[in-house]
Amino acid sequence: MSATAAMVERPPPRTRGWPRPRIVGYALVCLWIAFGLGIVGYLFFAWNPAFFAKYAPAYLSGLGVTLSLVAISMVLGAVLSMPVAYGRMSRNRILSGLAYCYVYFFRGTPLLVQTFLVYYGLGSFRPELQMIGLWDFFKDAFNCGVFAFALNTAAYQAEILRGAVESVPRGQWEGAASLGLHKLQTLRKIILPQALIVALRPYGNELILMVKASAIVAIITVYDLMGNAKLAFANSFDIQAYIWVALVYLVMVELLRHAIEWIERRITIHLKR
Amino acid sequence: MPAQSIWTLLSWGPDGWSDDIAYGVIVTVLLALATLPIGLTIGFFIALGKQSEEPSLRLAANIYTTVFRGLPELVTLFLFFFGMPILLQHLIRYFRPEATIDVNSFVAGMIVLSLIFSSYASEVFLSAFRAIPKGQYEGGYSIGLSRWQTMRLVILPQLLRIAFPGLENCWLSLLKDTSLVSVVGLAETLRNAGVAARVTKHSFLFYSIAALVFLGLAVVSSFATSAILRSLGKREAQR
Repeated sequence: MSATAAMVERPPPRTRGWPRPRIVGYALVCLWIAFGLGIVGYLFFAWNPAFFAKYAPAYLSGLGVTLSLVAISMVLGAVLSMPVAYGRMSRNRILSGLAYCYVYFFRGTPLLVQTFLVYYGLGSFRPELQMIGLWDFFKDAFNCGVFAFALNTAAYQAEILRGAVESVPRGQWEGAASLGLHKLQTLRKIILPQALIVALRPYGNELILMVKASAIVAIITVYDLMGNAKLAFANSFDIQAYIWVALVYLVMVELLRHAIEWIERRITIHLKR
Repeated sequence: MPAQSIWTLLSWGPDGWSDDIAYGVIVTVLLALATLPIGLTIGFFIALGKQSEEPSLRLAANIYTTVFRGLPELVTLFLFFFGMPILLQHLIRYFRPEATIDVNSFVAGMIVLSLIFSSYASEVFLSAFRAIPKGQYEGGYSIGLSRWQTMRLVILPQLLRIAFPGLENCWLSLLKDTSLVSVVGLAETLRNAGVAARVTKHSFLFYSIAALVFLGLAVVSSFATSAILRSLGKREAQR
């Protein structure tokens, strides 16, 4: 065994000189560097203390609105996704059909349309909503955003949950049943701990998608991060309004992505050999 | 009486809004179809760069996907739609000081959507590349095909088949993302439905129609893709 290991060929020496891929690669990297320097240079020369003093607090409060919108709708969506996922896995034809239609609708239509449907569309039912006392809730654009986002992410999260639960082998259910655990105990103690490892990455992707999608609520007059950028641009016609907001989103998404990767590495440590 | 008026609103012609919405649907489909080949091509080359042995090429490709997958679609669109004219104006001022530039919302939408589509498609292509064994390349070289011929004749046909389900997902999200371009004034489905909603005060009705249109497009494309998959499978079986 060790003899063959010693005879293994060494990897070929690294290519030297300037083959074509290297030229192209260096050119592209230089292009990116030029682009980045251009942005930094622009922000440096366009540095406007008045602009910053005026809009930086607004951006900060907008960041708070964005984060709370995402957090609330993620949690509500997670709660709502459980019955939907149950329906999708149910043997009852009607139940699974209903859950399928729900998921298909919310995954098949753009989030922007769903948000408009809630914010503008529900205005058509104002008298009815006023009668049952829900109008005060739907009057507010932020609430409408949360409502639409929670319904939307519930559909995606239900699919994630279903996929994760179904990825756990049947034998785990049977083993738990043979030990005398009932269904709920099995789910909580045996299935979910294994399923959530599978589900972590899709959940993380969904969170990132939600952070990105939350920019949409700016269109229905919520002053989130994007909404404040829109306002700043409309007042100043200064493109740095959008550049700053783009940088904030990019940093946010990258932080989330690396955090998720870190968590995944931590919780799958026992699976590595 | 109101029921009748709804049917008038939905009729085809000057009183109704069906023709406007149908026109919007055509624009939506055209935008998605125009984006598709550009996005696929860029995505393919980005994936090639990502699986290259040259670190600088990998770096450049990774920056591309990090940026365009990390930015919200709406922010990219606004940056492009409002930033591009300013940039071009600065450039063109050296040649013709009087010229002004307007970015067409269709073209802006097409460019932005292809940037986003290509960064997602490149991930799909990359995982498909990894699924193709190295022997396929070696076999291609050993019968005397050049690098490019091997790619085109040996790898690409297998690659497309493996990447197809992932690309289908990308296509569906592209179809949905076209609705964002309505925000910069492109008269597509959602925008025309919104105009109808504002004029007639039947917002729920018209936004539901927009939702149904997108749902219908998704159903149609899932039928189309399953037909394509079936024909791909058939060709596979004939070999």
